[in-house]
Amino acid sequence: MAAPETIRSASRPHISISGVSKTFQGRQGPVQALQDINLSIEKGEFVSILGPSGCGKSTLLMLLSGLLPVTKGRIDVDKKHIDGPNADAGIVFQQDVLLEWRSALQNIMIQAEIRKSNIPEARERARQLLKMVSLTDFENSYPKELSGGMRQRVSICRALLHRPPLLLMDEPFGALDAMTRDQLQIDLLRLCSDNDMTVFFITHSITEAIFLSDRVVVMSPRPGRIERIIDIDLPRPRRLSMREDAKFIDYTRELTGIFKSLGVFREEY
Amino acid sequence: MTTTIAETTDDTVIVPKPNMLLRALMAVPPALWTLLVLISIWELSVQIGKVPAYILPAPSAIGAVFFNYWHRLLPNALVTLSEVLIGFIGAVVVGVPLAVMIVYSRAMEKAVYPLIVASQTVPKVAIAPLLLTWFGYGMTPKIVIVILLAFFPIVINSVMGLKSSSREMIYLARSMGASGLQTFWKFRLPQALPSIFAGLKLATVLSVIGAVVAEFIGADKGLGYLILIAGANFDITRQFASIILITLIGVLFFVTLEQMERFFIPWKARSNIAGEG
Repeated sequence: MAAPETIRSASRPHISISGVSKTFQGRQGPVQALQDINLSIEKGEFVSILGPSGCGKSTLLMLLSGLLPVTKGRIDVDKKHIDGPNADAGIVFQQDVLLEWRSALQNIMIQAEIRKSNIPEARERARQLLKMVSLTDFENSYPKELSGGMRQRVSICRALLHRPPLLLMDEPFGALDAMTRDQLQIDLLRLCSDNDMTVFFITHSITEAIFLSDRVVVMSPRPGRIERIIDIDLPRPRRLSMREDAKFIDYTRELTGIFKSLGVFREEY
Repeated sequence: MTTTIAETTDDTVIVPKPNMLLRALMAVPPALWTLLVLISIWELSVQIGKVPAYILPAPSAIGAVFFNYWHRLLPNALVTLSEVLIGFIGAVVVGVPLAVMIVYSRAMEKAVYPLIVASQTVPKVAIAPLLLTWFGYGMTPKIVIVILLAFFPIVINSVMGLKSSSREMIYLARSMGASGLQTFWKFRLPQALPSIFAGLKLATVLSVIGAVVAEFIGADKGLGYLILIAGANFDITRQFASIILITLIGVLFFVTLEQMERFFIPWKARSNIAGEG
């Protein structure tokens, strides 16, 4: 467990979500997206939120980023009450949201420009990040010249440029093919390994959640609630072959069972 | 630089190495060759068929008019060109900021935008005589008509472009702590540029139409005026010369905008309308 890349700092609550509910005004009256969410995340933890579509997991991420306000309850990140955009966090969406008019490097650098950071220093770090995801030769390429996987890697580098203490990822690999996805999971773990960074990762892939996380938070739909939290006790660094380990398969079975009991999977035909 | 074919006087076969003249010929867009062929057919038909000049003048006769009457054509062309340019710039100055206001203010979008769209059903040509009454005989009514015609595609396309930023993109900007101004300059405006340029290019064409139509209705200068005078004198050849000049203004204007587009939007795929040089 104590591989050099996983030195996690001692337990101190980094994120605290307490009693959070979120209600949207729909066409036919209010729609409750989240109901009474309580969750506390430690610094350096990799937490996945796993659930079917419509369980409000993306909404939870939006609340955590401060881009949407909570209806009820309270969120604190690093003892700071979140009541507006949390500019400390890095954020990655399912769509890469790269700016078509900027090269890969410039896309990462927008982060520094907006934050008015030291530009040469930031450029150095941007190049380092690109190197870590094997995109050194593409720093001057425009997004339309990159594949979907490459684009998403650039968008992850952009989110990491300012060394955010918290990385928010909303189904970042959801639009990629399975093989690209495997590679990007590894890339992500590599990027996270030398950071004391907390990752809040939204996914609807059971395997992905187990493979990446320290903890998997299972959510049930309508209204979104936390159904179960499962600790993933697998050694780091994680390797793709671990997905065939008995322990990994046990986790898969357990999670599949939960979703079956929730009625997310129906097997009769 | 290698020697050009023109300087090679001996009869030996030129080595397959592409020489400059050949390359220059290849660089001419295919459409120009087509045009050349069409003009040749025109010339030949008029010559062989002995078509009288008051029905259809030969291209060579029109060329002669350019040569003999340039002192009349040029000043009038400059008048039309100024009307087109001033009107176009006016349309941009009014249109783009208006689009920004419509996109940023819900009130403007609800109260003004529908009126702008609806106003397009008013035939501009029908207003022209009115503008003449208000603004007199000079350049002002022409410029106003050009603005009225050109401003619509600019506003519509700019609004579309500025609205094309995805929700995620705006979220991303806010998550970086971008101010409203930063979001506009670094995200929304560049995102809107391709669309804005589409509007500008449409507006170039409409600007030229606007200026000429305005001159038809009442003017003592300009190419539109020349066309009317030439028509009254059954001088079809001069009419043709004026029409060609108007076309030239339109084409040059459009091409200039295309070049600006390439400069401002280098990331956009190069359009191959005119072939690559």
